[in-house]
Amino acid sequence: MGKHPALAHHFDDLEQQREAGTLGMWIFLATELMVFGGLFTGYTVYRWMYSAAFGEASGHLIWQLASVNTVVLLTSSLTMAMAVHSAATGNRQRLLAFLATTGLLGATFLGTKFYEYYVDYKEELIPFPGFVFADKAPDGKEMWTGYQRVSRVSRTEYIRQVKLFYTLYFIMTGLHAIHMIIGLGVLAWVMRDAYRGRFTPDYHPQVELFGLYWHFVDLVWIFLLPLLYLLGGAH
Amino acid sequence: MSQHVVKPTTYYLVFATLIVLTLLTVGLSRVEMAESLHTLIGLTIAVAKASLVILFFMHLFYSTRLTWVVALSGLLWLGILITYTMTDYLTRNWDTISR
Repeated sequence: MGKHPALAHHFDDLEQQREAGTLGMWIFLATELMVFGGLFTGYTVYRWMYSAAFGEASGHLIWQLASVNTVVLLTSSLTMAMAVHSAATGNRQRLLAFLATTGLLGATFLGTKFYEYYVDYKEELIPFPGFVFADKAPDGKEMWTGYQRVSRVSRTEYIRQVKLFYTLYFIMTGLHAIHMIIGLGVLAWVMRDAYRGRFTPDYHPQVELFGLYWHFVDLVWIFLLPLLYLLGGAH
Repeated sequence: MSQHVVKPTTYYLVFATLIVLTLLTVGLSRVEMAESLHTLIGLTIAVAKASLVILFFMHLFYSTRLTWVVALSGLLWLGILITYTMTDYLTRNWDTISR
């Protein structure tokens, strides 16, 4: 029985080798889930504790851009799934096309995200040291007035809670964006191998496993959207 | 995720559903309702979207039981993290009933 050229010596057959790779990636994604999970837990605690401040703060984010970005990312997951399909059916042209489209959509997401950060900066919503934090709106009206509806909370304390929301917002979306940037880097590497004809229909783990990573990054965003942006909707 | 090749039609159907759910979650967020209801609806839709992505785009539906165990374990651990943390906070200061 001839051995498949990609078969490593410590595996019985290619099926087992594939399965091992798949399991390894899922385990890695489980650890990634815990990384974001820590941030989501922190968010859950403070969302519960400071719901008024979080609601008002969320209302200043640009949910329209985030919604468009959600569609962009979901589409990139579709093209990534189709890329895996192309690899499995041995269609190199379509594989390259779908991978390239996935990369373009990912870049679009990042461009939109950074533009959003820029607008947040202009509206003085960055809570970190060295940045001015908004106190009055452009029309002169005082911002962060929700404290009046919360018992025993001064405006100073309320603003501290508002800043906490923005801190979580920037760190969570920032960590997500870093994952996307790394993803685009790995995607370029996968595209290079695809271009060189390295993948066969029966063995193309780089495409499949990268796909798993890409979908995971999409998953994180699926939760970031409602939790960060869709709170202050009708308030 | 091994030999089984998923039909593109499945992917397109899943994608269409994801888009509809996205429009739904954004649309409903603009409707006036109690904040807890906003949260419940938003998270329910997010879980539905996530399930579609995990099962079909990430091929979990077609994967071995061992893969299922790993994937679900990750979710379980996340559940432990959030739940046990919240039960701590939710059971504090019961004498003053404040936050």
